[in-house]
Amino acid sequence: MSENALATRGLNKSFGSLVVAADVELNLPQGVRYALIGPNGAGKTTLINLITGMLRPDAGRIILGDDDITALPPEQRVRLGLVRTYQINSLFPHLTALESVTLAVCERRRVAQTWWRQLTAYSQEIDEAHDILSALTLAPVCHRLTRELGYGQQRLVEIALALATRPKVLLLDEPAAGVPREESRELFAAIAGLSRDITVLFIEHDMDIVFRFATRVIVMVGGRVLLEGTPPEIAADPRVRAVYLGKARHESVS
Amino acid sequence: MSSATIGDPVRPVQYLQAQMRWRWPEIVFWLATLLPFVLTPSYLILASQIAITALFALSLDLILGFCGIVSLGHAAYFGLGAYTAGLLSKWGWGEPLTGLMLAALTAGLFGFLTSFIIARFRHLALIMITLGIGLVLQEAANSAGWITGGFDGLQGIHTWPILGRFRFDLYGYTDYGYSLAGLFLIFLIARRLVHSPFGLALCGIRDNVERMPAIGASTHAHIQTIYTIAAIIAGIAGAMLAQTSETVSLETLGFQRSADVLVMLILGGTGRLYGGLIGAAVYMVARDQFSGLNPQYWYFWIGLLLIAVVMLLPNGILGGLSLLTRRAKAAS
Repeated sequence: MSENALATRGLNKSFGSLVVAADVELNLPQGVRYALIGPNGAGKTTLINLITGMLRPDAGRIILGDDDITALPPEQRVRLGLVRTYQINSLFPHLTALESVTLAVCERRRVAQTWWRQLTAYSQEIDEAHDILSALTLAPVCHRLTRELGYGQQRLVEIALALATRPKVLLLDEPAAGVPREESRELFAAIAGLSRDITVLFIEHDMDIVFRFATRVIVMVGGRVLLEGTPPEIAADPRVRAVYLGKARHESVS
Repeated sequence: MSSATIGDPVRPVQYLQAQMRWRWPEIVFWLATLLPFVLTPSYLILASQIAITALFALSLDLILGFCGIVSLGHAAYFGLGAYTAGLLSKWGWGEPLTGLMLAALTAGLFGFLTSFIIARFRHLALIMITLGIGLVLQEAANSAGWITGGFDGLQGIHTWPILGRFRFDLYGYTDYGYSLAGLFLIFLIARRLVHSPFGLALCGIRDNVERMPAIGASTHAHIQTIYTIAAIIAGIAGAMLAQTSETVSLETLGFQRSADVLVMLILGGTGRLYGGLIGAAVYMVARDQFSGLNPQYWYFWIGLLLIAVVMLLPNGILGGLSLLTRRAKAAS
């Protein structure tokens, strides 16, 4: 058994002359909380798209546990436990929160092709979905349509959908984007409370949150991994301060 | 279980069960379908054709209203079912129920084969592809005149009595009874399907098809399944038309029929199961009345009706009705 939950080898991708990923080598040991930081346009979301199969790499391999998943379609990667959330809410606006998460549970349990039995015959699946929503404080609004929920609640539904697939590796693309600061703390507290069986990689711009919740940090610039280390190492590195932290500190003060 | 925490006394399963229960407007609707037997016995042939077209519209609603697949060639499966049942009878086997089953099988098989193409496309491309499938099938039937009768239509169909007892009479009692029973039984199946885990997955595809792979769903497999089921139902509707009218023409495969059923469904309201049923009834009664008033130009009035409904009721007749009842509830 490989010690890494997720790894990439020599991942490359360019759009024309624009290089968005250059020889990216990741090694994510199981259970670690990784933050992926870098200035806008550094290729952070592109990297998630490459890993999850939404984009095809020009070269390189992606390894989940012991399996090379480079050639698999996105939905099969999800079934193997590699799951993502989106920076901009990408939900099912006309389903209720409970219906959305129940759907994800049904897909995981491979009963979503069953058309001859009523949904309510699957009370285990429905209860599991409800438990996930309860843990994320969404139980009181679980019968409301997703589009009627508040923005912060919708961000939580994103995470609930991901959890319903029972991920081994969870890639969170700015989970707190657009959420007020106080609420984003709560959201990250929920993420920090996830089982240690789940390896988490999150993109985040707020350095306070990064340093509080990440055990390790990866810095990307121009499609390349600049360096990787513990939060104190990253904070002390002059190159990081130059390209990223100085600016971010400045912005968060203003 | 944490599902039964304080402030949430109703278990989520029970809540969903209550959502799926039969409501009184539904029961009234199905009781009302029996009225033609007593109120308008001279219109039973028309009522039978409405029931068959409603079944056809229901099958389109399953792919358009619940999955977002816009088809302009759905008559391909309708006509295939009609020719299958018609030919079977012409070749000496006029038993209606086995005819229906064989028609369902042929249309379903063709639906399954074409679903491999359908599942790969969306939007405009899909409209063109379904249009193409309809045209190809119609011209194939036209050129194979030695089997299908070509432009003259298929003659010499004789449908045996249902279960050996109910003869297809001149007044249409058996016709309407047969079509209505078929419509109701298949409606029950469709209603179950919509309230199943698969039905939920279809709503997910309609709502956000890009998100589905990210929860581990194979949208291709889902679309192929529902497209095949819809083709089967369309084939059954076509077979019923062939058996009750005892003739099949190329028109059953034609573009006009595909377009008409789309219009009926949009008129009634998509994604509600009843939309196609109500749309078919309104459209066909209107056509009957308008063509009586003005045999040459009745599409003029149909056109006006369409514009008015889409402008005033963007979600069809049913969408308008549900908006009215919600307003009435909010006001009281």
